[in-house]
Amino acid sequence: MAEFRRAYGAAPWHLALLAGCFAVTGWIALRLAGEASAGRMLLWFVGAAVAHDLVLFPAYASVDRVLRAALGRRGTPSSLNHVRVPALGAGLLFLVYLPGILGLGDGTYLAATSLAPRAMLGRWLAVSGALFAASALLYAVRRLAGPSR
Amino acid sequence: MPASPPPPDDAPAAAPAALWRALARHRPPGVDAADRAWRSPVRGPWLTSMLGAVLLATLPLVIVTGLLDWIAYAPRLDQAFPRDVGWLHPPVFAWPTRPAWLFRVTQGLHVTLGIVLVPVVLGKLWSVVPKLFDWPPARSAAQLLERLSLLLLVGGILFQTATGLLNIQYAYLFGFDFYTAHWFGAWIFTAALVTHVAIKLPRMLTALRGPNHGRTPLDRTGPEPADPDGLVARRPGPATMSRRGVLALVGGGSLLLAALTVGQSVDALRRTALLLPRGRRAGAGPTGFPVNRSVAAAGVTPAQTGPDWRLTLRAGDRTATLDRGRLLALAQHTATLPIACVEGWSTSQTWTGVRLRDLAAMVGATDPGSARVRSLERTGQFRQARLQGNQVGDPDALLALRVNGVDLSPDHGYPARIIVPALPGVHCTKWVEEIVFDG
Ligand code: HEM
Repeated sequence: MAEFRRAYGAAPWHLALLAGCFAVTGWIALRLAGEASAGRMLLWFVGAAVAHDLVLFPAYASVDRVLRAALGRRGTPSSLNHVRVPALGAGLLFLVYLPGILGLGDGTYLAATSLAPRAMLGRWLAVSGALFAASALLYAVRRLAGPSR
Repeated sequence: MPASPPPPDDAPAAAPAALWRALARHRPPGVDAADRAWRSPVRGPWLTSMLGAVLLATLPLVIVTGLLDWIAYAPRLDQAFPRDVGWLHPPVFAWPTRPAWLFRVTQGLHVTLGIVLVPVVLGKLWSVVPKLFDWPPARSAAQLLERLSLLLLVGGILFQTATGLLNIQYAYLFGFDFYTAHWFGAWIFTAALVTHVAIKLPRMLTALRGPNHGRTPLDRTGPEPADPDGLVARRPGPATMSRRGVLALVGGGSLLLAALTVGQSVDALRRTALLLPRGRRAGAGPTGFPVNRSVAAAGVTPAQTGPDWRLTLRAGDRTATLDRGRLLALAQHTATLPIACVEGWSTSQTWTGVRLRDLAAMVGATDPGSARVRSLERTGQFRQARLQGNQVGDPDALLALRVNGVDLSPDHGYPARIIVPALPGVHCTKWVEEIVFDG
């Protein structure tokens, strides 16, 4: 037992659990390997993780770094979070509703429903603008109320 | 006990020790800089565990409602996609017709919760992201395997979310079959999630039983003591947000998404689904409720649905043919039932028509085991559907001719459509031309 632990780095049940997890994935991979679109599925699966770790995260972390450098220490109350929060809100909405905002599904939508797709870009800008405005208003109120603690 | 606490840098590594040590010594350029760049003092076991606990409580609901969607398609009638799933499926049962809102709620929850959890998933990933850039990537075989399983976990949830979000927004950019990908992706993700939870649960509970960092205000927010997982920054900077601030930010993001999504499923809030295409009202008046597939898209022509339209009923060797006038002369039944689409939107309307069991009785089928419904439509994937015995026999299961007091509009299936309690919208066939009742 101790020998196993030393060689493997964890208890046997850890290995059993992971073996089960990989067995499910391996079985599915074998099953899908014959599909014409198997390569695309793999690409999207791995691509989703890579896109998050190497594109989305570095992108928002860099923007935040710039914001912190610009607004970090100045002023009481600090304006940093009054920019961060609405910016994250707008970014989140963009990410989740991106296909609609960029009109990526408009052709399919029109073909399926015979309805003219609505332009979502303007709506997203309006909602984002409202988030920034609300945050700015709150900031103004906090400043007028005097320096916080 | 925790399975694989990574030993501190100087601890003897597991066998083959030489390999792990060599890996640790060969630090690629940039790792040290990355290591120093993690400054946030709020990263640590407490925050990660709080976000983990939220996901642990909610993701099972998303998984179960997703699997229920597959069951609602009726795999026993060979109608669930993907069809051929081998042994990898939940226990199959005949989808009930009661409560009538069942599918509306399960599928609405699946899609809405999936969307609402996006900020929680992103927050959780943010809280552990330094680990992804850790060097060496593993100090033992156990860690190596665990990290590989994390690729399945992270890839899995992002893949499910991305394909789901694209689907509900009509953007089939991925170029593979949604059902196949989302179904098998769900199992890969579920297996990885079970593994991850089993390994990390003791850690999470320990962190949550420890000091409560949720009350600490910003000016007293500092790093937790160094943890065995190495989540806590080695060179933390000043706090710019308290931990409860981070949780409020994540929760606020979820609320924002919820506010812009529930309008898909709640009739009174329809207009608040500002950024989503599905579930939008198609027009004014009693037939203005949402349309997923128009008569034009289905290629059904006015000539087919005009006075020459006939409904054919069959059971065994008995056949009946009825025009719309005769159907309207039969006993009419009115029921308020939801139409709930697999893409998550739903709406409740008041339908009037002939009970399916009355139609079955006309051709001598008193207790049919199933029924096959065929549409005038010739091309769509759902131009025909099979109904289970309970779905034919329910007193509110109708061949609807009218809705909200007026004739069905062409886009809602004129001259006649199926509406059955708790049946997924794709099987509520429109422009019906034939119903065959089977033993
Ligand atoms: C934890 C992540 C998720 C898991 C495990 C999961 C699982 C599932 C499963 C097992 C199904 C049934 C698939 C089938 O019938 O072949 C399903 C259906 C579906 N899921 Fe998900 N899902 C997840 C996230 C999402 C998200 C975030 C969305 C959208 C926002 C979404 C949208 C859908 C839709 C629209 C369907 C119905 C497809 C159809 O029947 O036409 N899913 N899901």
